[in-house]
Amino acid sequence: MSFKDKTAIVGIGETDYVKGSGRSEVDMMLEASRKAIADAGMKPSDIDGIIPPPGYTYSEELAANLGVEDLRYAATINMGGASPNAAIQHAAIAIASGVCNSVLITLGWNGYTAMRPKPGQPPGRSAGIAVLNNAIQGFYLPYGVSAPVQMYSWLAMRHKQMYNTPDEATGHIAVACRKHAHLNESAFMRGREMTMDDYLASRWVSEPMRLFDCCLETDGAAAVVITRADIAKDTPNKPVYIMGAAEGHPYPADDIATRPDPFRIGLSFATPKALEIADIKIHDVDFLQIYDCFTYVVMLQMEAMGLCERGETYDFVKDGNIELGGHYPLNTHGGLLSQAHVWGLNHTTEAVRQLRGTAGASQVKDAELGLVTGWGDLGDGSIVILRN
Amino acid sequence: MSIIDPIELPVPYSVDEINREFWKLCSTHILHFQQCKGCGHWRHLPRYMCSKCGSPDWHWAPSSGKGVIFSWTTVHQPMHPAFGGKTPYASIIVEMEEGVRIVSQAPDLPIEDLKLDIPVEVYFEARTEDVTLPFFRVIE
Repeated sequence: MSFKDKTAIVGIGETDYVKGSGRSEVDMMLEASRKAIADAGMKPSDIDGIIPPPGYTYSEELAANLGVEDLRYAATINMGGASPNAAIQHAAIAIASGVCNSVLITLGWNGYTAMRPKPGQPPGRSAGIAVLNNAIQGFYLPYGVSAPVQMYSWLAMRHKQMYNTPDEATGHIAVACRKHAHLNESAFMRGREMTMDDYLASRWVSEPMRLFDCCLETDGAAAVVITRADIAKDTPNKPVYIMGAAEGHPYPADDIATRPDPFRIGLSFATPKALEIADIKIHDVDFLQIYDCFTYVVMLQMEAMGLCERGETYDFVKDGNIELGGHYPLNTHGGLLSQAHVWGLNHTTEAVRQLRGTAGASQVKDAELGLVTGWGDLGDGSIVILRN
Repeated sequence: MSIIDPIELPVPYSVDEINREFWKLCSTHILHFQQCKGCGHWRHLPRYMCSKCGSPDWHWAPSSGKGVIFSWTTVHQPMHPAFGGKTPYASIIVEMEEGVRIVSQAPDLPIEDLKLDIPVEVYFEARTEDVTLPFFRVIE
Protein backbone atom coordinates (compact mmCIF):
# COMPACT_ATOMS: atom_id res chain seq x y z
CA MET A 1 0.00 0.00 0.00
CA SER A 2 1.43 3.33 -0.98
CA PHE A 3 0.67 6.52 0.93
CA LYS A 4 1.31 8.64 -2.15
CA ASP A 5 -0.91 11.76 -2.25
CA LYS A 6 -3.18 10.41 0.50
CA THR A 7 -2.15 13.11 2.98
CA ALA A 8 -1.30 16.80 2.87
CA ILE A 9 0.35 19.46 4.98
CA VAL A 10 -2.42 21.97 5.71
CA GLY A 11 -1.01 24.08 8.54
CA ILE A 12 2.31 25.68 9.41
CA GLY A 13 3.38 27.77 12.41
CA GLU A 14 6.58 29.32 13.73
CA THR A 15 7.72 31.48 16.62
CA ASP A 16 10.23 34.27 16.14
CA TYR A 17 13.75 32.91 15.77
CA VAL A 18 16.00 34.61 18.31
CA LYS A 19 19.15 34.33 20.40
CA GLY A 20 17.79 34.46 23.94
CA SER A 21 14.10 33.48 24.01
CA GLY A 22 13.66 33.62 27.78
CA ARG A 23 10.98 30.95 27.31
CA SER A 24 10.64 27.23 27.87
CA GLU A 25 10.84 24.87 24.93
CA VAL A 26 7.27 23.66 25.54
CA ASP A 27 5.88 27.20 25.66
CA MET A 28 7.47 27.91 22.26
CA MET A 29 6.28 24.60 20.77
CA LEU A 30 2.72 25.34 21.90
CA GLU A 31 2.81 28.79 20.27
CA ALA A 32 4.01 27.28 16.98
CA SER A 33 1.43 24.50 17.31
CA ARG A 34 -1.48 26.90 17.97
CA LYS A 35 -0.45 28.88 14.87
CA ALA A 36 -0.17 25.74 12.72
CA ILE A 37 -3.54 24.42 13.89
CA ALA A 38 -5.21 27.80 13.26
CA ASP A 39 -3.52 27.99 9.84
CA ALA A 40 -5.12 24.62 9.07
CA GLY A 41 -8.52 26.03 9.98
CA MET A 42 -8.74 23.56 12.84
CA LYS A 43 -9.10 23.70 16.59
CA PRO A 44 -6.62 21.90 18.89
CA SER A 45 -9.07 19.10 19.70
CA ASP A 46 -9.18 18.20 15.97
CA ILE A 47 -5.63 16.86 16.37
CA ASP A 48 -5.54 13.12 17.12
CA GLY A 49 -1.88 12.36 16.45
CA ILE A 50 1.23 14.04 17.87
CA ILE A 51 4.88 13.48 17.01
CA PRO A 52 7.04 15.53 19.39
CA PRO A 53 10.82 15.85 19.03
CA PRO A 54 13.11 13.29 20.70
CA GLY A 55 13.54 15.41 23.81
CA TYR A 56 12.29 18.55 25.54
CA THR A 57 8.67 17.30 25.79
CA TYR A 58 6.32 14.34 25.30
CA SER A 59 3.17 13.73 23.28
CA GLU A 60 1.25 13.46 26.54
CA GLU A 61 2.36 16.90 27.71
CA LEU A 62 1.51 18.56 24.42
CA ALA A 63 -1.88 16.80 24.34
CA ALA A 64 -2.68 17.92 27.89
CA ASN A 65 -1.92 21.55 26.98
CA LEU A 66 -3.78 21.45 23.67
CA GLY A 67 -6.82 19.65 25.04
CA VAL A 68 -6.43 16.57 22.84
CA GLU A 69 -8.61 14.10 24.76
CA ASP A 70 -8.48 11.27 22.23
CA LEU A 71 -4.82 10.89 21.24
CA ARG A 72 -4.82 7.95 18.85
CA TYR A 73 -1.26 8.15 17.58
CA ALA A 74 1.81 9.17 19.61
CA ALA A 75 5.29 8.33 18.34
CA THR A 76 8.79 9.73 18.76
CA ILE A 77 11.41 9.54 16.04
CA ASN A 78 14.99 9.16 17.26
CA MET A 79 16.98 10.47 14.31
CA GLY A 80 18.50 13.60 15.81
CA GLY A 81 18.13 16.55 13.45
CA ALA A 82 16.40 14.35 10.90
CA SER A 83 13.56 13.59 13.33
CA PRO A 84 11.06 16.33 12.38
CA ASN A 85 11.45 15.58 8.67
CA ALA A 86 11.26 11.82 9.17
CA ALA A 87 8.14 12.41 11.28
CA ILE A 88 6.33 13.55 8.12
CA GLN A 89 6.65 10.06 6.68
CA HIS A 90 5.38 8.54 9.93
CA ALA A 91 2.40 10.90 9.97
CA ALA A 92 1.56 10.08 6.35
CA ILE A 93 1.69 6.34 7.02
CA ALA A 94 -0.42 6.59 10.18
CA ILE A 95 -3.08 8.73 8.50
CA ALA A 96 -3.16 6.79 5.21
CA SER A 97 -3.66 3.53 7.11
CA GLY A 98 -6.57 4.95 9.09
CA VAL A 99 -4.94 5.08 12.52
CA CYS A 100 -5.69 8.78 12.92
CA ASN A 101 -6.84 11.82 10.91
CA SER A 102 -4.68 14.82 11.73
CA VAL A 103 -1.13 14.78 13.07
CA LEU A 104 0.78 17.63 14.71
CA ILE A 105 4.58 17.63 14.33
CA THR A 106 6.52 20.18 16.35
CA LEU A 107 10.06 21.01 17.40
CA GLY A 108 11.22 23.75 19.71
CA TRP A 109 14.45 24.29 21.58
CA ASN A 110 16.78 26.86 23.03
CA GLY A 111 19.62 26.08 20.66
CA TYR A 112 21.38 29.30 21.62
CA THR A 113 20.43 29.86 25.26
CA ALA A 114 20.86 26.29 26.49
CA MET A 115 24.44 26.26 25.18
CA ARG A 116 25.24 29.28 27.35
CA PRO A 117 23.87 28.54 30.83
CA LYS A 118 24.03 31.37 33.36
CA PRO A 119 25.82 30.51 36.63
CA GLY A 120 23.43 28.89 39.09
CA GLN A 121 20.76 28.32 36.47
CA PRO A 122 19.07 24.94 36.94
CA PRO A 123 19.60 22.50 34.08
CA GLY A 124 16.83 22.65 31.51
CA ARG A 125 15.24 19.90 29.49
CA SER A 126 17.55 18.02 27.19
CA ALA A 127 17.44 16.32 23.83
CA GLY A 128 17.56 12.55 23.61
CA ILE A 129 20.63 11.44 21.70
CA ALA A 130 21.52 8.38 23.80
CA VAL A 131 22.19 6.36 20.64
CA LEU A 132 25.45 8.27 20.18
CA ASN A 133 26.82 8.05 23.71
CA ASN A 134 28.62 4.76 23.24
CA ALA A 135 30.77 5.85 20.30
CA ILE A 136 31.29 9.49 21.24
CA GLN A 137 31.95 9.25 24.96
CA GLY A 138 33.53 5.85 24.73
CA PHE A 139 35.82 6.16 21.73
CA TYR A 140 35.99 9.71 20.26
CA LEU A 141 36.05 12.07 23.26
CA PRO A 142 39.39 10.84 24.70
CA TYR A 143 40.95 12.02 21.42
CA GLY A 144 39.32 15.44 21.47
CA VAL A 145 36.27 14.79 19.32
CA SER A 146 32.87 15.42 20.90
CA ALA A 147 30.95 17.77 18.58
CA PRO A 148 29.16 17.13 15.27
CA VAL A 149 31.40 19.61 13.41
CA GLN A 150 34.42 17.47 14.28
CA MET A 151 32.90 14.11 13.33
CA TYR A 152 31.44 15.38 10.06
CA SER A 153 34.84 16.90 9.32
CA TRP A 154 36.29 13.38 9.20
CA LEU A 155 33.91 12.72 6.28
CA ALA A 156 34.56 16.13 4.74
CA MET A 157 38.35 15.79 4.94
CA ARG A 158 38.41 12.37 3.29
CA HIS A 159 36.03 13.62 0.60
CA LYS A 160 38.24 16.66 -0.02
CA GLN A 161 41.38 14.53 -0.28
CA MET A 162 39.81 11.94 -2.57
CA TYR A 163 37.95 14.24 -4.94
CA ASN A 164 40.06 17.40 -4.70
CA THR A 165 36.87 19.36 -3.98
CA PRO A 166 37.58 23.11 -4.14
CA ASP A 167 36.68 25.25 -1.12
CA GLU A 168 34.39 27.24 -3.41
CA ALA A 169 32.01 24.26 -3.69
CA THR A 170 30.91 24.58 -0.08
CA GLY A 171 31.42 28.35 -0.38
CA HIS A 172 28.68 28.57 -3.00
CA ILE A 173 26.32 26.70 -0.64
CA ALA A 174 27.01 29.14 2.21
CA VAL A 175 26.72 32.19 -0.04
CA ALA A 176 23.45 31.00 -1.66
CA CYS A 177 21.81 30.47 1.74
CA ARG A 178 22.96 33.92 2.85
CA LYS A 179 21.61 35.60 -0.30
CA HIS A 180 18.24 33.95 0.28
CA ALA A 181 18.21 35.04 3.93
CA HIS A 182 18.35 38.67 2.81
CA LEU A 183 14.87 38.16 1.26
CA ASN A 184 13.37 36.66 4.42
CA GLU A 185 12.16 38.94 7.20
CA SER A 186 12.44 36.15 9.76
CA ALA A 187 16.01 35.23 8.83
CA PHE A 188 18.54 35.87 11.55
CA MET A 189 21.31 36.83 9.12
CA ARG A 190 19.14 39.09 6.94
CA GLY A 191 21.13 42.14 5.92
CA ARG A 192 24.52 40.77 6.95
CA GLU A 193 26.49 40.45 3.75
CA MET A 194 28.71 37.46 3.14
CA THR A 195 30.76 37.17 -0.05
CA MET A 196 32.86 34.25 -1.26
CA ASP A 197 35.92 36.16 -0.01
CA ASP A 198 34.31 36.50 3.43
CA TYR A 199 33.61 32.77 3.41
CA LEU A 200 37.16 31.86 2.45
CA ALA A 201 38.58 34.24 5.06
CA SER A 202 36.47 32.92 7.94
CA ARG A 203 38.37 31.15 10.72
CA TRP A 204 38.83 27.41 11.00
CA VAL A 205 36.60 25.56 13.44
CA SER A 206 37.65 22.01 12.63
CA GLU A 207 39.42 21.61 9.28
CA PRO A 208 38.18 21.45 6.62
CA MET A 209 35.22 23.31 8.18
CA ARG A 210 35.30 27.07 8.68
CA LEU A 211 33.01 29.23 10.78
CA PHE A 212 30.79 29.96 7.75
CA ASP A 213 30.42 26.25 7.04
CA CYS A 214 28.50 26.01 10.32
CA CYS A 215 24.82 26.70 10.95
CA LEU A 216 23.36 29.18 13.40
CA GLU A 217 22.48 28.51 17.02
CA THR A 218 19.03 29.96 17.67
CA ASP A 219 16.02 29.60 19.98
CA GLY A 220 12.54 29.00 18.59
CA ALA A 221 9.91 26.50 17.51
CA ALA A 222 8.03 25.40 14.41
CA ALA A 223 5.05 23.12 13.81
CA VAL A 224 3.13 21.57 10.94
CA VAL A 225 -0.28 19.88 10.69
CA ILE A 226 -0.82 16.95 8.33
CA THR A 227 -4.25 15.58 7.51
CA ARG A 228 -6.09 13.20 5.17
CA ALA A 229 -6.38 14.36 1.55
CA ASP A 230 -10.19 14.53 1.58
CA ILE A 231 -10.17 16.65 4.75
CA ALA A 232 -7.38 18.81 3.27
CA LYS A 233 -9.63 19.93 0.40
CA ASP A 234 -11.82 21.87 2.86
CA THR A 235 -9.00 23.69 4.67
CA PRO A 236 -8.34 27.42 4.13
CA ASN A 237 -4.98 27.16 2.32
CA LYS A 238 -3.85 25.30 -0.78
CA PRO A 239 -3.02 21.76 0.43
CA VAL A 240 0.55 20.58 -0.05
CA TYR A 241 0.40 16.87 -0.80
CA ILE A 242 2.95 14.33 0.44
CA MET A 243 3.90 12.47 -2.73
CA GLY A 244 6.65 10.34 -1.28
CA ALA A 245 8.90 10.04 1.76
CA ALA A 246 11.49 7.69 3.21
CA GLU A 247 14.07 7.41 5.96
CA GLY A 248 17.49 5.80 5.77
CA HIS A 249 20.35 4.96 8.08
CA PRO A 250 24.04 4.56 7.25
CA TYR A 251 25.70 1.31 8.31
CA PRO A 252 26.68 1.11 11.05
CA ALA A 253 24.54 4.08 12.08
CA ASP A 254 25.92 4.39 15.61
CA ASP A 255 29.60 4.80 14.65
CA ILE A 256 30.72 7.26 11.97
CA ALA A 257 34.35 6.06 11.83
CA THR A 258 33.91 2.45 10.73
CA ARG A 259 31.52 2.57 7.76
CA PRO A 260 32.84 0.62 4.75
CA ASP A 261 31.86 3.51 2.45
CA PRO A 262 31.82 6.69 4.56
CA PHE A 263 29.84 8.61 1.94
CA ARG A 264 27.00 6.07 1.85
CA ILE A 265 24.71 8.03 4.19
CA GLY A 266 21.10 7.62 5.25
CA LEU A 267 19.86 9.48 2.18
CA SER A 268 21.72 7.02 -0.07
CA PHE A 269 19.26 4.39 1.12
CA ALA A 270 16.17 6.61 1.43
CA THR A 271 16.20 8.56 -1.83
CA PRO A 272 15.46 5.71 -4.30
CA LYS A 273 12.54 4.59 -2.12
CA ALA A 274 11.01 8.07 -1.86
CA LEU A 275 11.40 8.70 -5.60
CA GLU A 276 9.76 5.37 -6.38
CA ILE A 277 6.78 6.14 -4.16
CA ALA A 278 6.41 9.64 -5.64
CA ASP A 279 7.07 8.30 -9.13
CA ILE A 280 9.36 11.16 -10.07
CA LYS A 281 13.05 11.64 -10.91
CA ILE A 282 15.33 13.62 -8.63
CA HIS A 283 15.94 16.29 -11.29
CA ASP A 284 12.17 16.93 -11.62
CA VAL A 285 12.04 19.00 -8.42
CA ASP A 286 11.65 22.78 -8.58
CA PHE A 287 13.55 23.60 -5.37
CA LEU A 288 15.72 22.00 -2.71
CA GLN A 289 15.31 22.45 1.05
CA ILE A 290 18.34 20.45 2.21
CA TYR A 291 19.27 20.05 5.88
CA ASP A 292 22.25 22.36 6.27
CA CYS A 293 23.77 21.97 9.70
CA PHE A 294 27.05 22.26 7.77
CA THR A 295 27.79 23.09 4.13
CA TYR A 296 29.73 19.84 3.71
CA VAL A 297 26.68 17.92 4.90
CA VAL A 298 24.65 19.57 2.11
CA MET A 299 27.32 18.46 -0.35
CA LEU A 300 27.24 14.85 0.87
CA GLN A 301 23.44 14.83 0.58
CA MET A 302 23.40 16.34 -2.94
CA GLU A 303 25.76 13.62 -4.12
CA ALA A 304 23.98 10.82 -2.23
CA MET A 305 20.63 11.84 -3.76
CA GLY A 306 22.11 11.80 -7.25
CA LEU A 307 21.65 15.50 -7.94
CA CYS A 308 25.26 15.24 -9.10
CA GLU A 309 27.94 12.55 -9.19
CA ARG A 310 30.19 11.98 -6.22
CA GLY A 311 32.93 14.61 -6.15
CA GLU A 312 31.13 16.87 -8.63
CA THR A 313 29.24 19.19 -6.29
CA TYR A 314 31.26 22.20 -7.44
CA ASP A 315 29.94 21.90 -11.00
CA PHE A 316 26.40 21.55 -9.64
CA VAL A 317 26.46 24.56 -7.29
CA LYS A 318 28.45 27.07 -9.39
CA ASP A 319 27.10 29.81 -11.69
CA GLY A 320 24.05 30.49 -9.54
CA ASN A 321 22.51 27.06 -10.18
CA ILE A 322 21.38 26.78 -6.52
CA GLU A 323 20.31 30.41 -6.16
CA LEU A 324 16.85 31.83 -6.84
CA GLY A 325 16.61 32.14 -10.60
CA GLY A 326 18.83 29.07 -11.05
CA HIS A 327 17.67 25.56 -11.86
CA TYR A 328 17.69 24.23 -8.28
CA PRO A 329 17.22 27.03 -5.71
CA LEU A 330 18.55 25.80 -2.35
CA ASN A 331 17.12 26.73 1.05
CA THR A 332 15.11 29.67 -0.19
CA HIS A 333 14.49 30.85 3.41
CA GLY A 334 18.20 30.97 4.27
CA GLY A 335 18.36 27.53 5.86
CA LEU A 336 19.93 26.57 9.15
CA LEU A 337 23.02 28.40 7.89
CA SER A 338 21.40 31.84 7.62
CA GLN A 339 17.73 31.78 8.74
CA ALA A 340 17.57 29.76 11.97
CA HIS A 341 18.16 26.28 13.38
CA VAL A 342 14.95 24.49 14.33
CA TRP A 343 16.10 21.01 13.35
CA GLY A 344 15.01 21.62 9.77
CA LEU A 345 11.31 21.99 10.45
CA ASN A 346 11.76 25.50 8.99
CA HIS A 347 12.72 23.75 5.73
CA THR A 348 9.27 22.16 5.70
CA THR A 349 7.40 25.38 6.51
CA GLU A 350 9.32 27.11 3.69
CA ALA A 351 8.54 24.29 1.24
CA VAL A 352 4.85 24.67 2.09
CA ARG A 353 4.98 28.44 1.46
CA GLN A 354 6.71 27.83 -1.87
CA LEU A 355 4.04 25.34 -2.97
CA ARG A 356 1.20 27.56 -1.74
CA GLY A 357 2.73 30.39 -3.74
CA THR A 358 3.08 32.57 -0.64
CA ALA A 359 6.88 32.70 -0.33
CA GLY A 360 7.01 36.43 -1.10
CA ALA A 361 10.33 37.79 -2.33
CA SER A 362 11.86 34.31 -2.41
CA GLN A 363 9.04 32.68 -4.37
CA VAL A 364 10.26 30.14 -6.94
CA LYS A 365 8.29 30.84 -10.11
CA ASP A 366 5.65 28.17 -10.88
CA ALA A 367 6.88 25.89 -8.09
CA GLU A 368 4.98 22.60 -8.23
CA LEU A 369 7.35 19.98 -6.85
CA GLY A 370 9.62 20.37 -3.86
CA LEU A 371 12.18 18.32 -1.97
CA VAL A 372 12.94 18.52 1.76
CA THR A 373 15.63 16.51 3.57
CA GLY A 374 16.65 15.85 7.15
CA TRP A 375 20.02 14.82 8.56
CA GLY A 376 21.01 13.87 12.08
CA ASP A 377 22.59 11.41 14.50
CA LEU A 378 25.84 10.90 12.52
CA GLY A 379 24.20 10.67 9.11
CA ASP A 380 20.66 9.34 9.48
CA GLY A 381 18.66 10.79 6.62
CA SER A 382 15.08 11.47 5.59
CA ILE A 383 13.52 12.83 2.44
CA VAL A 384 10.05 14.18 1.71
CA ILE A 385 8.71 15.00 -1.76
CA LEU A 386 5.87 17.51 -1.82
CA ARG A 387 3.58 18.87 -4.54
CA ASN A 388 0.77 21.39 -4.73
CA MET B 1 37.28 23.06 48.74
CA SER B 2 39.46 23.95 45.82
CA ILE B 3 38.69 27.18 44.00
CA ILE B 4 39.17 25.78 40.51
CA ASP B 5 39.45 22.10 39.72
CA PRO B 6 42.03 21.42 37.04
CA ILE B 7 40.28 20.22 33.91
CA GLU B 8 41.55 16.75 33.26
CA LEU B 9 41.71 15.14 29.84
CA PRO B 10 38.72 12.84 29.41
CA VAL B 11 38.99 9.07 29.77
CA PRO B 12 36.74 6.64 27.88
CA TYR B 13 33.24 6.32 29.30
CA SER B 14 32.20 2.69 28.89
CA VAL B 15 28.54 1.81 28.75
CA ASP B 16 29.24 -1.93 28.85
CA GLU B 17 31.76 -4.49 30.09
CA ILE B 18 32.94 -5.36 26.56
CA ASN B 19 34.02 -1.74 26.12
CA ARG B 20 35.82 -1.75 29.47
CA GLU B 21 37.68 -4.91 28.40
CA PHE B 22 38.91 -3.20 25.23
CA TRP B 23 40.49 -0.39 27.25
CA LYS B 24 41.81 -2.70 30.00
CA LEU B 25 43.73 -4.68 27.38
CA CYS B 26 45.50 -1.47 26.34
CA SER B 27 47.44 -1.65 29.59
CA THR B 28 49.23 -4.71 28.09
CA HIS B 29 50.58 -2.34 25.42
CA ILE B 30 49.24 -4.63 22.73
CA LEU B 31 46.20 -3.44 20.80
CA HIS B 32 43.41 -6.04 20.79
CA PHE B 33 40.23 -6.19 18.75
CA GLN B 34 37.35 -8.63 18.84
CA GLN B 35 37.65 -11.49 16.36
CA CYS B 36 34.75 -13.81 15.50
CA LYS B 37 35.29 -17.46 16.41
CA GLY B 38 32.83 -18.48 13.72
CA CYS B 39 34.29 -16.82 10.64
CA GLY B 40 37.42 -15.00 11.78
CA HIS B 41 35.99 -11.53 11.01
CA TRP B 42 37.63 -8.69 12.99
CA ARG B 43 35.44 -5.99 14.45
CA HIS B 44 35.50 -2.66 16.24
CA LEU B 45 33.60 -0.99 17.99
CA PRO B 46 33.00 -3.87 20.41
CA ARG B 47 29.79 -5.77 19.58
CA TYR B 48 27.96 -8.78 21.00
CA MET B 49 27.73 -10.82 17.81
CA CYS B 50 29.29 -11.09 14.38
CA SER B 51 27.49 -9.00 11.78
CA LYS B 52 28.97 -11.19 9.02
CA CYS B 53 28.11 -14.75 10.17
CA GLY B 54 25.84 -14.21 13.16
CA SER B 55 28.03 -16.02 15.66
CA PRO B 56 27.90 -14.81 19.28
CA ASP B 57 31.31 -16.41 19.97
CA TRP B 58 34.40 -14.23 19.85
CA HIS B 59 37.72 -13.56 21.53
CA TRP B 60 40.12 -10.67 21.99
CA ALA B 61 42.87 -11.11 19.38
CA PRO B 62 46.13 -9.14 19.18
CA SER B 63 46.35 -6.66 16.30
CA SER B 64 49.52 -6.11 14.28
CA GLY B 65 49.26 -2.54 15.56
CA LYS B 66 49.85 -1.24 12.04
CA GLY B 67 47.55 0.68 9.73
CA VAL B 68 47.14 3.75 7.55
CA ILE B 69 45.50 7.13 8.07
CA PHE B 70 41.92 6.96 6.73
CA SER B 71 40.90 10.52 7.59
CA TRP B 72 41.45 13.32 10.09
CA THR B 73 40.21 16.69 11.25
CA THR B 74 42.39 19.47 12.60
CA VAL B 75 40.59 21.05 15.53
CA HIS B 76 41.08 24.79 15.98
CA GLN B 77 38.13 25.56 18.25
CA PRO B 78 38.04 23.19 21.24
CA MET B 79 34.62 21.78 22.04
CA HIS B 80 35.72 20.31 25.40
CA PRO B 81 37.53 22.54 27.93
CA ALA B 82 40.28 19.99 28.58
CA PHE B 83 41.54 20.45 25.02
CA GLY B 84 41.50 24.25 25.28
CA GLY B 85 45.28 24.67 25.54
CA LYS B 86 46.06 22.04 22.94
CA THR B 87 44.75 23.51 19.68
CA PRO B 88 45.39 23.07 16.87
CA TYR B 89 45.43 19.29 17.14
CA ALA B 90 44.42 16.54 14.75
CA SER B 91 42.11 13.66 15.57
CA ILE B 92 42.63 10.81 13.15
CA ILE B 93 40.89 7.66 11.97
CA VAL B 94 43.30 4.76 11.38
CA GLU B 95 42.42 1.79 9.18
CA MET B 96 44.23 -1.19 10.68
CA GLU B 97 45.75 -4.09 8.73
CA GLU B 98 42.94 -6.29 10.12
CA GLY B 99 40.39 -4.04 8.35
CA VAL B 100 38.91 -2.38 11.42
CA ARG B 101 39.13 1.37 12.03
CA ILE B 102 39.93 3.21 15.25
CA VAL B 103 39.82 6.86 16.32
CA SER B 104 43.06 8.18 17.81
CA GLN B 105 45.73 10.86 17.50
CA ALA B 106 49.26 10.95 16.06
CA PRO B 107 50.65 13.76 18.22
CA ASP B 108 54.19 13.68 16.75
CA LEU B 109 52.98 14.01 13.14
CA PRO B 110 52.96 17.72 12.19
CA ILE B 111 49.44 18.67 11.08
CA GLU B 112 50.75 20.13 7.81
CA ASP B 113 52.15 16.68 6.92
CA LEU B 114 48.83 14.85 7.32
CA LYS B 115 47.56 13.02 4.27
CA LEU B 116 45.60 9.89 3.44
CA ASP B 117 47.24 6.45 3.66
CA ILE B 118 50.31 7.42 5.73
CA PRO B 119 51.51 4.16 7.37
CA VAL B 120 51.32 4.35 11.16
CA GLU B 121 51.88 2.04 14.12
CA VAL B 122 50.42 2.01 17.59
CA TYR B 123 52.09 3.02 20.86
CA PHE B 124 50.61 3.50 24.29
CA GLU B 125 50.48 6.31 26.79
CA ALA B 126 48.95 6.42 30.26
CA ARG B 127 46.25 9.06 30.57
CA THR B 128 45.65 8.35 34.29
CA GLU B 129 46.99 5.80 36.75
CA ASP B 130 44.32 3.37 35.62
CA VAL B 131 43.74 4.22 31.98
CA THR B 132 46.15 3.65 29.08
CA LEU B 133 45.26 4.86 25.59
CA PRO B 134 46.58 3.83 22.17
CA PHE B 135 48.18 6.53 19.98
CA PHE B 136 49.90 6.30 16.61
CA ARG B 137 53.26 7.32 15.12
CA VAL B 138 54.48 7.29 11.54
CA ILE B 139 56.32 4.15 10.42
CA GLU B 140 59.64 5.44 9.07
